[in-house]
Amino acid sequence: MKKWFISTLLLMIAVTARADLVVEVTQGVDAPTPIAVVPFQASGLALSDDIAQIVSDDLGRSGFFKSMSRANMLGTPSTQEQVFFRDWRVSGNDYMVIGRIAPGVNGQVQATVELYDVLKERQIWSETVTGNSNNLRDVAHYISDQVFEKLTGLKGAFSTRIVYVTAKMLAPNNFTFKLQMADSDGARPRTILQSKEPILSPAWSQDGSKLAYVSFESSRPAIYVQELATGQRQKVQTFRGLNGSPAWSPDGSRLALVLSKDGNPEVYVLTLATGQLDRITHHYGIDTEPTWSPDGQSILFTSDRAGLPQIYSLNLPTRELKRLTYEGKYNSRGRLTQDGRFLTMVHQDSSGFHIAVQDLKTNRLDILTSSSLDESPTIAPNGSIILYATKKGGKGVLSGVSLDGRVRFTMPNGDGDVREPAWSPYLQ
Amino acid sequence: MRASNAVKALTLAVSVAWIAGCSSPSTLSEDDSSTGGSTAGSSSNTYGTGDASGVSGMGTDGNLDVANLKTIFYFDFDDSTVRADSVGDLEAHAQYLASHPSASVRLEGHADERGTREYNMALGERRAKAVERFLGVNGVSGAQVEAISYGEEKPVVMGSGDGSWSQNRRVELKYVSR
Repeated sequence: MKKWFISTLLLMIAVTARADLVVEVTQGVDAPTPIAVVPFQASGLALSDDIAQIVSDDLGRSGFFKSMSRANMLGTPSTQEQVFFRDWRVSGNDYMVIGRIAPGVNGQVQATVELYDVLKERQIWSETVTGNSNNLRDVAHYISDQVFEKLTGLKGAFSTRIVYVTAKMLAPNNFTFKLQMADSDGARPRTILQSKEPILSPAWSQDGSKLAYVSFESSRPAIYVQELATGQRQKVQTFRGLNGSPAWSPDGSRLALVLSKDGNPEVYVLTLATGQLDRITHHYGIDTEPTWSPDGQSILFTSDRAGLPQIYSLNLPTRELKRLTYEGKYNSRGRLTQDGRFLTMVHQDSSGFHIAVQDLKTNRLDILTSSSLDESPTIAPNGSIILYATKKGGKGVLSGVSLDGRVRFTMPNGDGDVREPAWSPYLQ
Repeated sequence: MRASNAVKALTLAVSVAWIAGCSSPSTLSEDDSSTGGSTAGSSSNTYGTGDASGVSGMGTDGNLDVANLKTIFYFDFDDSTVRADSVGDLEAHAQYLASHPSASVRLEGHADERGTREYNMALGERRAKAVERFLGVNGVSGAQVEAISYGEEKPVVMGSGDGSWSQNRRVELKYVSR
């Protein structure tokens, strides 16, 4: 059975390209930095992917950069000697990337990349990256990460992945749900799990090796933990009622989750090695949607104990409870940035449900989106972008917005409703 | 009159068996993998696969035509109170269940798409539990009832707007075999 499952998983990985999410940048920052990523020279090599184009798209989607269109390039230099900086300066570029790809051993390729400051006519970075010729996207995202970090000082998150759920209603009471994983740009989607019953709440372990999610495949909700490398999975002990909202502790040893076995939804912490279950909330209202603070000391959760859903923080060692959100009548499903400073959430106002971010230092709340059915915000590990689910033309799609609200993009997808995105941590 | 009652009883027995069959939750198993699913399926159970043995013996009470009762009960926005238009049919289901201890039901609670998914899971459960309590008050044993929430995951109607939302906020009562 397991073998069958793994081989199916591999098959799924092989047959994927059809349902790619296509990224459209709908709005950029006020003054993104102009950069030219020149097509790489690849003499005599038939390559499956255009590395320079992927890098160009990555940088453009980040909102920090405006990538020069190839059609406007006057030449395609691939070595420093071929670069006439004045031409690139005149065409408005601050930086440029050139490169060349040479065959390596055992089906590998070597991509030599150079990043230049066009204004200073100076090389900023150069590296020869070796990669497998059928994983050129990995090479491209690596280059994007390097360029991004060299120029912004922020660690790039292009080599990360996203998981999300797609749902298709074939007929009343006949659905297909898929848990999918893709590159951070939506490319290379592959199906991790397919079911006729709902799948939701996927969550990455902090080391990026495992997912926890909720599946109704047994006709009742259950939490599963799945190893991504092998496809092996385990059902977490289930109880009568809700079994939901899994959230990994930062050290990966515990899962926060929601059970209603004691009568109503409460947050519990499960120690995975021992199976020990500790109930941490005690209220007759709804307590759900736990998420850990980056230091693992607190759990944030949604509760309607004050009448309407708001986000609370419970300090685990002291058991001190603090309400975090006060603005608006509905704030739920919080997620924190890695530095613990910003809390993103679903916030309802008179025009619907939006993604909002609260600065926990100043308590200032900014509403980042204007569409009315926004949910499931997830933050890139470098804190640059919030990915969330929304509806566009009656269909579920993923959209992205920067924490300052200035960069926006959508990822339309032809294959059913897309929802429940979860952005991976940095991957090794 | 007698004959008509007998016919009714027979219809009831057949209908309830049919409901039991139809309402059996679709489970994922290896057999379902023809759709390309990669579900391990090792944990799939055969709960309610249409074996009507659990509802045999019903139909003896010809006055209760459970098959003609409503099985979908709607709720107001952001509310989990059993509505007045649900009371009559729910009381009849309760009467039937109370007099047939071997029969059991699943109460599947649902929410509309607004708000977050896990919070809606909790709202769906509140609705299912409201119906569970209603049945309990009307003499149904807790062992005959299971409340399960699907949150907003299984809408009846796709699409946004009051028309769709009001149909999706519901509890579905399904007879199951044990």
